[in-house]
This record gives sequence, C-alpha cells and structure tokens, in this order.
Amino acid sequence: MLAYYFDLALRSLKRNRALTALMVLAIALGIGASMTTLTVLHVLSGDPLPGRSGSIYYPQLDPQDMKDYTPGVEPPEQLTWTDGMYLLRAKRATRQALMTGGMVPLQSAQSSIDPFQAAALYTTADFFPMFGVPFKYGNGWGAGEDGSKARVVVITSDLNDKLFGGKNSIGQILRLKEAAFRIVGVLGDWHPNPHFYEWYMGSYASDEDVYLPLSASRDLLMEHDGSTECWGNSGGDQSHLETVNCTWLQFWVQLDSPARVAAYNDFLQHYSQDQHAMGRFMRPPNVRLRTMMQWLDHIKVVPSDTRLQTWLALGFLAVCLINTVGLMLAKFMRRAGELGVRRALGASQRALFGQLLMESGVIGIAGGLGGLLLALLGLWLVRQQPADYAKLAHMDITMLSATFVLAVGASLLAGLLPAWRACRIAPALQLKGN
Amino acid sequence: MSLHPILVALRKHKAGVVLIALQIALTLAIVCNAVFIIYSRIEKVNRPTGINETNLLLVEQQWVSASNGDSAAGIQQFDSLLRNDLDTLTRLPDVESVAPINSIPLLNSSWTGGIALKPGPGLSDKNNVHTAYYFGDEHMVDTLGVHIVAGRNFTSAEINNKGMRDQSEPNLVIVTQDLAKKLFPKDSAVGKVVYLDGSNTPSTIIGIVERMQIPAVGWGDNFTWYSTLVPTRVNAIFSRYIVRTRPGRLDSVRRSIVPALYNANPMRVLDDDDAVRSFTDIRENAYRADVGMAVLMGVVCLILLAVTAAGIVGLTSFWVGQRHRQIGVRRALGARKIDILHYFQLENLMIAGGGAVIGIGLALGLNRWLMSSFEMQRMPLYYVLAGLVVVMVLGQLAVFVPARRASNVPPVVATRSV
Repeated sequence: MLAYYFDLALRSLKRNRALTALMVLAIALGIGASMTTLTVLHVLSGDPLPGRSGSIYYPQLDPQDMKDYTPGVEPPEQLTWTDGMYLLRAKRATRQALMTGGMVPLQSAQSSIDPFQAAALYTTADFFPMFGVPFKYGNGWGAGEDGSKARVVVITSDLNDKLFGGKNSIGQILRLKEAAFRIVGVLGDWHPNPHFYEWYMGSYASDEDVYLPLSASRDLLMEHDGSTECWGNSGGDQSHLETVNCTWLQFWVQLDSPARVAAYNDFLQHYSQDQHAMGRFMRPPNVRLRTMMQWLDHIKVVPSDTRLQTWLALGFLAVCLINTVGLMLAKFMRRAGELGVRRALGASQRALFGQLLMESGVIGIAGGLGGLLLALLGLWLVRQQPADYAKLAHMDITMLSATFVLAVGASLLAGLLPAWRACRIAPALQLKGN
Repeated sequence: MSLHPILVALRKHKAGVVLIALQIALTLAIVCNAVFIIYSRIEKVNRPTGINETNLLLVEQQWVSASNGDSAAGIQQFDSLLRNDLDTLTRLPDVESVAPINSIPLLNSSWTGGIALKPGPGLSDKNNVHTAYYFGDEHMVDTLGVHIVAGRNFTSAEINNKGMRDQSEPNLVIVTQDLAKKLFPKDSAVGKVVYLDGSNTPSTIIGIVERMQIPAVGWGDNFTWYSTLVPTRVNAIFSRYIVRTRPGRLDSVRRSIVPALYNANPMRVLDDDDAVRSFTDIRENAYRADVGMAVLMGVVCLILLAVTAAGIVGLTSFWVGQRHRQIGVRRALGARKIDILHYFQLENLMIAGGGAVIGIGLALGLNRWLMSSFEMQRMPLYYVLAGLVVVMVLGQLAVFVPARRASNVPPVVATRSV
C-alpha cells in the first residue's frame, strides 16, 4: 500500500515540476538556515565535560565593601587570594582547584625555536583529576608540589609536538620567565568547549600551552591576565595580589551528592558569616553555588549575535513552511476531481489522507536532503569566519538526525491541513461538477 | 470596480488567503527588523574614529627580561628600553612620527576609569564620567592625527613615566570635545581641574581634541567618545608604539620595523603575524563580526522576499487555473482583458494589505522583544512603512504574471465543458 502511495506521490510531483521544485527549495532553504544556526548554538552551548559537569560547581563569595550594595546583588565573579586559599585548604569538597591565567615568555633549553609568549594556566593539583584531564605522558603534580612552590610544568601535546617532535619529554627543562621548570606531564587530546574554567581568555579560545602551580607563578610574579576587580583603595598591584582587596582567582569544586552540595553551601554561608562578624566582609553573607552549566549560562557564554541568528533562521523557517502549506493546499485542492473519482471508486477518507501525507512526506525528505547540503555549506561558511568559535562549527550525529526529523516533521505538519481539507470533499459534488 | 465580488470569492478560499496574508505579515516583520539591524551595524562600522586612519601602524612587542615591572629600578629599565625602541623607530626611513601608546581606537584593549569634578573616592558620584585613557608622549597627538580644537598639546618637558600599576594621577590631561562638554556643559574646559579615578590629585585640562573613539569594541557604548589623553609613558614588560609613515610608504615601513627592532635589541618577542598591524587591519578586524552579521541579514531578507513572491505566484496561478471557466464566462459577458487583470491585482492588494496590517503589529512587537533581549534600539516607524510599501509592491509584481495569463483566457472557454 505504501509503495503504491509512494508511486502516486512521485507521479503527482512529476506532473507539476516547477511547483514541486519550489516547495522542495523552500523547505531546503528553511531547514538549511535553521540547522546551520542551531548547530552553531548547539556547539557553543554544549557541555564541556560530558558526564562530569553535573558534579562540578563554581562557588562565589562577596567580600566587597558596602558601596553600591543592595540585597540580592550578584557577588563578584572571582575570589580574592585570602578566600581562595582558605576554601582550597579547607578541603570541604571531594576535589577543588584554584586558578588564573596569564602569558609567560617561554624558552626551550633544547630546541632552536625563538622565545615566544605561551598561554599559561596557574592552578593547583586537583585541576587534573577533577576535570578528568587525560595524560599522554607522565602526570599532574600533587599537593606537595603546590606547597613547595615547585618549578614543575605540564604541557599540551601540541606544544610537545612543537618543541620535542611529539617524543616523551618528561624530565626535560623549559624556561618560563627566565626560570627553569621541569616537565612532569604531557596532556593527551583535551579541548573542552566552551573553555569553561578560564573564560577571560575567550570562551572558545584555544587552550593553554602550559599548566604550572599557582604557588610557583606567584613566587616568580608571573603576569596574571584577565580581570582583576578591586574595591576600596586597592589597586591591582601585581606583586601584592595576595593581600589586596581584589578578586582575581577562579575556584571550582567537585561535589558528588546533593547532601554534599547542601553542606558546601552551608560552609560558604558560615565562612561568610564568620568573616562578616570579624569585620573583614562588610556585606552580609552573599554566596552562590552554581553548577558548571548554570554558571556558563550565567556568564552568557553564547554570543548574542549567535542567538539572534538562530531566531532569525527559525523565523525564516516559519515563513518557508507557511509558504509550503499554501502551495500544497493549492495543489491538493486542484486535484479534487481525481480525488473525487477515487472516493467514488471506494477509497476511504483515511486512504486518501495517507496518500496525500505520503506526498508531503516525499517533499519533506527531498527538502531535508537539500537542507542538509545547505546546512553543510552554511557550516563551512561559518568556519571561514574569524570568530574564535568558528572552527568548532561541525555537524554531529545528534544534529544530523535532528535535521531529518525537523525536515520530515515540518513538511508532514505542513501537509496535514491541506491533506485533511482535500480528503473531506464530497465525491458526488466533484463528479457532478465535471 | 466593486469590491464585493472579490470579497465573496475570497471567502471560498479562506485557508489560502489566511496563509498568504500570514506569510506576508511574517515577511514584513522579519525584513523590517533585519534591515534595521543591517542599518545599525553599517552606521556603527562607518563612523570615523577621529584619528587619521591612513598611513598608521601599530607595533606590539614584549621584552624577554627578568626585570620586575613593579620595582622602581625595573620601571626605569623598561623605560630606557622603551625610549631606545622609540629612537630606533624614529630613525627608520619614511617614518613621520612615532609615539608610545597603551592602546588605540578599536583595538579592544582598554584602560578605563572615572573622571570627576570633585576629589576623593566615590565612583557612584553623579559627577563621575566614564572615560578611556590613552597614555603617551608629546608626539601622541600628531602621530594619531587628532586635531586640537582648543588649548595646546603636551610639551616634552611635561612627559613623565610610571609603572603599569602605579596609581598616581597626571597633573595635565587632554580630553575630547564630547567629554569636555559633558564635564563642563556651559563654558570652555581648558584650564579647568578634574580628578581621575577618585584620586585627590588635581589634573588640569590643557587641551581639547575634536574627536577620538575609545578602544572598546562591542561594549562601552555609553562613553564611546569620552577619551582622555595622559602625558605618561607606561612602563611594563610589553609596549605598544604607533608609527605614522609618509603617504604611500606604509608597506615598506611595515616590513622594515621587525628587523630593525630585533637588530637593536634581540631579547624580545614579536609575534610573527600581529607584531605590526596597519590601522586598516585593526578596523577590519574590529568590525568583522558586524559586517558578517549585516551580510547574513541581507541575504536572508532577499531569500525571504523571493520565497514569499514565489508563494504568491504559485497560489495565484492555482486560483487562475481553478477559475478558468468563470473567467471565460466573465469575458463572454463583456468583461475586458484589463478588467480580469485588475480583478486579480485588486484581490492581491487586499490580501497583501490585510497581511501587512498584521505585519506592522508583528514588526513592532518583534522590535520590542529584540530591544528587551538583545539591547537593540527602537526601530523608527518609517522602517515599517517602507517595509509595507515593499511587500505591497512585491505582491503586485508577483501577481502580474498569473493575472496576465488569466486575462488571456478566451471567452470561448465559457462554451466548453471541462
């Protein structure tokens, strides 16, 4: 039966090639535009650590003075050294890491490569196990190295390829800001998107080249980039960042159960209360404990132009679909005579409905295929853009299947009203009219 | 011609009429707003920064040094390195002038602060105006090519230097005309005293430049023209220089800068691609996303209008085919070709008009929603009116071909069956 309907649909579509082409093209354009923008949105709002992100949290405290204070105001995005070190050492979470980024001049002792600026992340030992960072060679460092301000460094596999031709470089020496650092680990393939833990470098920017202990970076007074928010009379003097009233560190914790999340929230509240009572925090306790995905949403990691483009494309799809509904309606109603004959010869309304839906489904599949090609072209165009997220714009299996579901679903939906109208015609009236 | 028969006929095709009207309404709403977005982006991209943008190069570099940018000795060491670089660059052939600077318009690397008429902290003070600072020496004004409209430029004796995190404020500043007017709406700002960043040090305004944009791109819209020029060389491990070349010599100077700097002092890092950039490149880079967005919106608008026109052609063609016999009867009863043509044109005018009325509402609603979620401006009403004219004309153009085919139906059709 379906094969017969399919045959009928093809015959009918062939009879009016221009109209068929117009309908297919409209659906293809609508689907192509929406899938391009939806794929970009999907990539940008994706989960950087699938399976892990649910238990990663971003605590915030409010150590500022009372200026501009209103109840419920958002606390600063980062922590001060004092608070960060306290939370780090309290070890109330399963794992916790404190971090900030910067640029350091890098010289390699062995290779003939000119010194260059390397993007560095200054962090603490738990960074690697907490985020599940894979290693190609060696390992991260431990709490002991954090405490002793050890000159150890973990490098990315890209940098390892560049400096050591991809060979195991554990134990080799790199000069960072004129100081000798020993390589203890080489990362495997790890490119979380968005670059969630240090978003000041650009949310979709490429990853760092080197990772080294925060304590060692302070010891050498390495440049800290990104934002430094100060209040009162404090300035962001790079050499006294440990004592000033400035927030400049990001802190992530891993909390494995709802009970631990609640306990950690209480811990932040109590700490704020104690600091308030001591007079160090002027403001009453004002804490936040967002999950990673809530945090990314909060800092609006997806560019507003991308969201605007998605809405534009969806509006475009709506117009294309309405267009298709109108054309299909016209086409089906025009075949009233043929349908009347079929009804008179005993075809049920259901059978006619099925036949007409099959016809719109065929248009949907053709439009979906065209839309897929257009979306691939659109994504290729996006990748030619200079934006830092551009190179990520690839279609995955999820979006591929979503494209087809959307195309066929949309055109079946578009065929619903015309098919229903067309199959309800009274056969006698049509036959008499002829 | 009476409208009555058209209305009666339309009632027989409710679904088709509603769909076409809805499509026209949505097209109008989207196209108006998209064109408004295109216009806002183009306006933003085309505004001049106020500096002389031709023959201008920006050099960025970093020294490889163990010096500490926070100690007094380290600062003086960086300052002597910086002055050596200025000397090297000034000696290059075809260079007109050179100045150290912390940033330039559209570079999106800003040093911002608050400027007030009263001393002391209090950033929420009403008199406090947001500003972006440009730190440089006496050659900064000429190298940038900004025009001093009142007062004077800095002299070489007035230039000092400080470390990047030194909180001290300058004694003298030059501000833009817009900032001067904002601070002193009534009289000339030259010779007046202001306080920067809540400090107690008075800073005297000695000159006013006509116009100079802040470095911010994509933010800072509330202080775009509020720049402050400070007579200070800022010393840190990195430095930036602006170089004005003789007309037409930009490329040759651009090629000679990197070798000359390495030659003078090899202990530095110069990025292969971005160490020396022309202002044209910086401008293009700053607005690339805006231009891309405008192009995309334009393409979508054109396709949308084409799809809508095609839809009108398709549906009207179908109606013409359906009414083939009735048209023949009208012709047989004495209707002229032009009457048939007008019938379909008028019918389309009514449908498109109905759709456009809904579209105006949708367009304004969409604009309101965009204003609340995407920080857009309010769309002027004439965009909607222009959009209205466009969709009506589009409807008439689209309906012309099928309507003419209808007018060519011969009267003899009336006598045939089927």
